[in-house]
Amino acid sequence: MMLAVIARRLAAALPTLAGVVVVTFLLTRALPGDPAAYFAGPAATREAVEQIRAQLGLDRSLGMQFLGYLRELARGDLGLSITTGQPVLSDIVARLPASAELTLLALLFAALAGISLGVLAALRPNGWLDNLCRVIATLGVCLPAFFTGLLLIYVFYYLLGWAPAPLGRLNAFAAPPPHVTGFFLIDSLLAGQGETFRSALAQILLPALSLGIFAVAPIARITRGSMLAVMSSDFIRAARAHGLSGRTVVIAYALRNALLPVVTTLGMVFSFLLGANVLIEKVFAWPGIGSYAVEALIASDYAPVQGFVMTMGFLYVLLNLAIDLLYRVIDPRMEVTA
Amino acid sequence: MSAASLAHARHVLSGNPVTALAFGLFALLVGTAILGPALVPFDPIAAAGPALQPPSARHPFGTDAIGRDVFSRVIAATRLDLGMAFAAVAIVFACGTLTGAAAGFFGGWTDRIIGRLADTIMAFPLFVLAMGIVAALGNTVTNIVIATAVVNFPLYVRIARTEASTRRGAGYVEAARLSGYGEAHILFREILPNLLPIMMVQVSLTLGYAILNCAGLSFIGLGVRPPAPEWGIMVAEGASAIISGEWWIALFPGLALMIAVFTFNLLGDGLRDIVDPRRRT
Repeated sequence: MMLAVIARRLAAALPTLAGVVVVTFLLTRALPGDPAAYFAGPAATREAVEQIRAQLGLDRSLGMQFLGYLRELARGDLGLSITTGQPVLSDIVARLPASAELTLLALLFAALAGISLGVLAALRPNGWLDNLCRVIATLGVCLPAFFTGLLLIYVFYYLLGWAPAPLGRLNAFAAPPPHVTGFFLIDSLLAGQGETFRSALAQILLPALSLGIFAVAPIARITRGSMLAVMSSDFIRAARAHGLSGRTVVIAYALRNALLPVVTTLGMVFSFLLGANVLIEKVFAWPGIGSYAVEALIASDYAPVQGFVMTMGFLYVLLNLAIDLLYRVIDPRMEVTA
Repeated sequence: MSAASLAHARHVLSGNPVTALAFGLFALLVGTAILGPALVPFDPIAAAGPALQPPSARHPFGTDAIGRDVFSRVIAATRLDLGMAFAAVAIVFACGTLTGAAAGFFGGWTDRIIGRLADTIMAFPLFVLAMGIVAALGNTVTNIVIATAVVNFPLYVRIARTEASTRRGAGYVEAARLSGYGEAHILFREILPNLLPIMMVQVSLTLGYAILNCAGLSFIGLGVRPPAPEWGIMVAEGASAIISGEWWIALFPGLALMIAVFTFNLLGDGLRDIVDPRRRT
């Protein structure tokens, strides 16, 4: 049953994935100026440019070029990065865990902070926590993520000296743990390297916090709203009338139902997080795919940028799919209407 | 706006000092954008004193790594930052509202094609797509504006589409149809004017996002070229100095950015209260 649902949803996501491929292709072909002349370099003769044009397949029709592009994609060929000299795909695969670890930790923080804030605010409407929630929801969306990151660096690294220098995933003396998941926090624990784990945790805290703060606001606002609606519903009154303790009513009954709208906003939250991730990675010199794309952009090295945009598009579509399935797991009523 | 709706607006504003504050801040920002470059005490792109001076009476926001006055740069940057955001939002307002309204009004294939286009844009994290567009079209300010407009497109389409489709069978639309007016005439003369208030709220809300988007793009080194004063690039310039304790270079442009976004968000919420009292929070 569940498998059938997954297959159906996956099929529904296919046109979107196709759209991602088409957009990435169009972005490749819209390179500024003449790509052939660009790749040939400024000193190239006319014949050399023509030769490169044929080599790149730019003399063919757009349809043929698209077929060629699909063939390359099927082989996992995203082109070569001029800056690193490596295939873009292997660069991205090597750097993806760093970005994923950062984004997931930020999401975890944002979800914990946002949901508890939203619940507490809804329990006492117009109390001081509710007002705090309102202020955070208003100010949080105004914060440029890169600016929050810099402020945190100033306070916790320069003023207080609590955080390590914002330069990458580990301090200079630690070696990366043996590769299992690519997540340093998990790998170091698996290898039993306490020192490496502490270093990785110290390095990731500030960037994850700066990224997460950005997402606390929408989560807190939605949780508060849906929690308020649920708390005034009949089944909560019934649970209270049965003499259940306040804690049971709030956590086991109200929160479970109030989380449904929160799950649906996760898609939007991920769009924010994945975008802001690029900025945070630049601020903290985090060796993920965002900073990879930024470095390539500055060097006018376009293949990594396009590979990055496509990877992010794919990831985002799959994340939305996962959120959709999660929603079905939490709310079985969806099965009936689907 | 009629006298009655003006009175209504005044009534809502008087009960909501926050919105009045937002209107005040908005006027201040626009005034700074227009007059700022003429009023600043120092040339924003030339050295005005010793480098890396902390804030003082002479340089209220200090000086940056090459001795330029940060205060003058923050003020002078207002025009470029607001200009980029206004331009982007103007483009997406015109294109997004029109296509969205057409999709909702005509339905059928028009609706399906426009919807698919919007979905495809939504398939990317928006900032990432904006990066890709700037990379593809070329690293200029114009392309930052275009990219910001494109990533906001689905939002406008979606709202305009919903609003237009609920008005498709409204009495005044039927009346216009019975009077013999063509579909295009009905779309432009009956549907679109009715969408304007709700779209204006969206304009204000997306202005804040557009400023963040443009500043984020220039923070990673796209579009705006140094030495032009712009908030995002100024924060980027201050990023290396903040590690050695010179906080003022990044702080003030960052604060300016926050205030601008804050103003537009407040303004959007306030406008929504005036236009659509049911959604008041």
